[in-house]
Amino acid sequence: MTINTIAANAGDIDRRLLMDRSVPGRKAFTVPESDVPEQTLPDSGMLRNDVELPEVSQLEVIRYFSVLSQLNFSIDTNFYPLGSCTMKYNPKINDELSNLPGLADIHPLQPDETVQGAIRLLKSLQDDLGEITGLPGVSLAPLAGAQGEYAGLLIARAYHDARNDSERVVAIVPDSAHGTNPASAAMAGLEVATVRSDAEGNVDVENLRELADSRTAVFMLTIPSTLGLFEPNILEITKIVHDAGGLVYADGANLNALLGIVKLGDLGVDICHSNLHKTFSTPHGGGGPGSGPVMVSEELAKYLPKPVAEKTDDGYVLATPEQSIGPINGFHGSFSIAARAYAYIRALGLEGLRSVSENAVISANYIQARLKDKYDLAADRYCMHETVLSATRQKKRGVAGLDIAKRLLDFGIHAPTMYFPMIVDEALMIEPTESESKETLDHFIAVMRQIDDEIDSAPELVLEAPHDLPVTRLDEATAARKPVLRWTPDE
Amino acid sequence: MPSSVNTSANHPYIPSTDSERAEMLGVIGVDSLDGLLGDIPAEHRHPKLNLAPGLSEQELAVEFSAIAAENASSLSGYISFLGAGSYSHYIPSTVRSILQRGEFVTAYTPYQPEAAQGTLQVGFEFQTVICQLTGMEVANAGMYDGPTAFAEACLMAARVTKRTKIGVLASDDSRLPDTLLAYSKYQGIEIVSIDPQTTEIPDDLACIGIQSPNFFGEIEDVERLTNLAHANGALSIVHVNPIALGLFRPPGDFDVDIVTAEGQPLGVPMAFGGPYVGLFACKKAHIRQMPGRIIGRTTDTKGRIGYVLTLQTREQHIRRERATSNICTSTQLIGLMVTVYAATLGKQGIKDLANLCYQKAHYAASEIDRLAGFSVDSTGAYFHEFVVTCPDSPAKINAALLDEKIIGGLDISDRSNNGMLVCVTETSSKADIDRFVAALSKIGAAS
Amino acid sequence: MYPEELKYSKEHEWVRMNGSIAEVGVTVFAQESLGDVVFVDLPEAGTEVEQFAKFGEIESVKAVSDLFSPVGGKIVEVNSEATDRPEAVNEEPYGSGWLIKVEISDTAQLDVLMDAATYEATLE
Repeated sequence: MTINTIAANAGDIDRRLLMDRSVPGRKAFTVPESDVPEQTLPDSGMLRNDVELPEVSQLEVIRYFSVLSQLNFSIDTNFYPLGSCTMKYNPKINDELSNLPGLADIHPLQPDETVQGAIRLLKSLQDDLGEITGLPGVSLAPLAGAQGEYAGLLIARAYHDARNDSERVVAIVPDSAHGTNPASAAMAGLEVATVRSDAEGNVDVENLRELADSRTAVFMLTIPSTLGLFEPNILEITKIVHDAGGLVYADGANLNALLGIVKLGDLGVDICHSNLHKTFSTPHGGGGPGSGPVMVSEELAKYLPKPVAEKTDDGYVLATPEQSIGPINGFHGSFSIAARAYAYIRALGLEGLRSVSENAVISANYIQARLKDKYDLAADRYCMHETVLSATRQKKRGVAGLDIAKRLLDFGIHAPTMYFPMIVDEALMIEPTESESKETLDHFIAVMRQIDDEIDSAPELVLEAPHDLPVTRLDEATAARKPVLRWTPDE
Repeated sequence: MPSSVNTSANHPYIPSTDSERAEMLGVIGVDSLDGLLGDIPAEHRHPKLNLAPGLSEQELAVEFSAIAAENASSLSGYISFLGAGSYSHYIPSTVRSILQRGEFVTAYTPYQPEAAQGTLQVGFEFQTVICQLTGMEVANAGMYDGPTAFAEACLMAARVTKRTKIGVLASDDSRLPDTLLAYSKYQGIEIVSIDPQTTEIPDDLACIGIQSPNFFGEIEDVERLTNLAHANGALSIVHVNPIALGLFRPPGDFDVDIVTAEGQPLGVPMAFGGPYVGLFACKKAHIRQMPGRIIGRTTDTKGRIGYVLTLQTREQHIRRERATSNICTSTQLIGLMVTVYAATLGKQGIKDLANLCYQKAHYAASEIDRLAGFSVDSTGAYFHEFVVTCPDSPAKINAALLDEKIIGGLDISDRSNNGMLVCVTETSSKADIDRFVAALSKIGAAS
Repeated sequence: MYPEELKYSKEHEWVRMNGSIAEVGVTVFAQESLGDVVFVDLPEAGTEVEQFAKFGEIESVKAVSDLFSPVGGKIVEVNSEATDRPEAVNEEPYGSGWLIKVEISDTAQLDVLMDAATYEATLE
């Protein structure tokens, strides 16, 4: 059963691009006539000839993009258990409210006194995120998790630079880390030292003890880990890093497990980022926009990127902290994403947020419990909000994690995260979130069990999946060898 | 220990009921949620959080209406002449309509291409639009915003030329080198300022970063500067305004190596600064050094056309610390808005719109220039922004304008004596412009 | 799978000697692990390389690996077929998919490389 029945039954869908559908003279829009006296244009040598853009009617625009949308899986239409992505319900009220006149149409450089509502919203969100993480210094400037990470690392460097501790140029990163962690570290001019995970999927504490020294600027840790596990030795870990003079940075991508359960600041974390487009329900949009606020301890707040919303006696202002690492992008961050996240937090409130994490953890463990007889677990212990399966048994029978992921698509279920973390063989990372009903979880479990059976009874079904979508597996090798990256006229 | 599972009434966003949770806990094999939280230090579990109780949707809507009402916008009768990197343009109904499609809004990054042909084909169209507007060979699927795209372009130039000195034209918006500084601080990069009129540059520059129209609204001599860069083994990076490309020759005409821009003017609300989309295009020869996601066309096992993310080995999820950039989530949905906008305006519309902005801005400039005490000193061609030299500090003038519900241009007196950067787009009627001019006249006379 | 007349390095490169010229490529194991090769980044002819130093990169759709030269010397020829048609590395890793030819400075270098049987055993 697929949900995208229109697409599935469409046979050969018209995949022509807009330029191929264009007819000279058609238009989808009329620009008003000028109401001012005619002005002299510059010298014609500066002016361009026509721009090649589509010429289609307005209905064609609407129909084209509407039909294209039906080729997508999405949270609104499909179960999307992508581990570490937290594909939870994106409340529609958040989209509506963030687009209100007075919010969508204010200019970022308007004087503070003309945007008190906007700055007040940012301050409120800062306060809420600070409360949730236990790290009170907050900047909403970063435009995505990776930017939040990078800002966090710049803050760590600024802290050590201010103490004239120029030796500290190493970022310790677990072998299970998300790729943005070492990438951000390299951008911040830090050497990357890798700490091993032990057989339980935890940070190897003794290995960390060996690595943490006077060259350690920061230890970057995802909490819970990328295996969906909470570090049982977290207090010892943060102590080791602090004793060596380093700072602890927590990648907050998995915060959905921790709301109201534990505060990162209480665990010895000095800096963290959060992904509003994960934990806080803002839409993924097919790859962004996101928002990656950075939260720090009181002591580090002076280094936060600008701007930070503040309340003064004269009202709300956008301020630059005294030793700010400076601006990291153009304006104030993703304001309408922040607005959505704020609406989400206000809608759930204290009890609701706690309930989010509690249900996320229960649902992930339920799936784990009902699949562990068929699929190996990356670590045989209770997980948090996501479970990592290892399709090693299936691999021995001739089917890889990739094939299982593709076969799930035939059932209208988006594949889990594949091949991550890299330390787990044939990894399938499953995060149901608290948004999904038990019926959905049971259906997923049934499908996973069925696919496991198909490996023996009808392997081609799995190996050649997906069968029921607008396209079958795509030739990614040719796409990389001979890149075609835009429409050209000689079609 | 009492069960910590929240047994209060269900929230609309959380379907599991008490009995379902109990059943699941039974299957898992624990008595309560606490059985699953054993690894969390007990003394830190279930902290007190100082957060307000949840609101119903209706209450939430009331709260947000109040927040919105506290901001000055056209809704509350204000007119604005601010630009400087974020621009007021009319957003066609098609853009808002397609944004209603949850299949676009709530989809993930298209790592499973079979389930994401909508997102991918739109992204391919987006790349095409950017190439068509800029005249460049290839474009990526979008960066965070204009300034970070510019910063990434400079770093790319450093990689390509294997040089560490980056030239930034003195007439650029300072947000460009400021963002570059944030991105390059610990990479051994030196940033030097280049005079736009210069006939010589250092022979060890990785690039010259040119903004045109520049911060002051004027068109730079991109051709001359590009030739100068190339003569010295440097790349030419041009940061453009995409609407201006409906009127002025695109950088692709001048053998420019990399083009960046803020994509916000193409159908994206100003939204107090974001989310926006950074446009990034370059020569095909440099494609493996280009950051960000790239979408390519290919075929499936039955020979049907499809689209995939390609050249992924540049990116962080594969190359990790040797990636071209750490960018992961960027701005795909904003790219969708830009694509729908470009399809809607179309070939003729983008020309008409650019011309209309030009007409209104030049009308406003000539009217302001006539006022006693004010002058508009743009020497060369300009698009829709110009610098007004005021008889008094722009801060004072803007304060007085606010009393008339007019948001004046940006105070740039730090870069231009008593300078105010005024922007006029198609969203200002002649009546709005005349009202602005009249207010300036009155204020100028009083100062 | 592992031709007897070649020598092998633990980084999965092979060497075929022609007088003092060493022809270098990646083994069947390497190209299988990588999957479809989409891009090969090779240095220019004339570049000096040390034994076991990195001389380039090889990319598949989902992975990138460094290439380490099993011999040291001057690179006298670079295979443009591998750069123009990366699939040659998958199709004929020991034939048309060769990568570089190195004029080696010291034949004693070959002594530290493995023969076919030894290399194959390391793959177990």
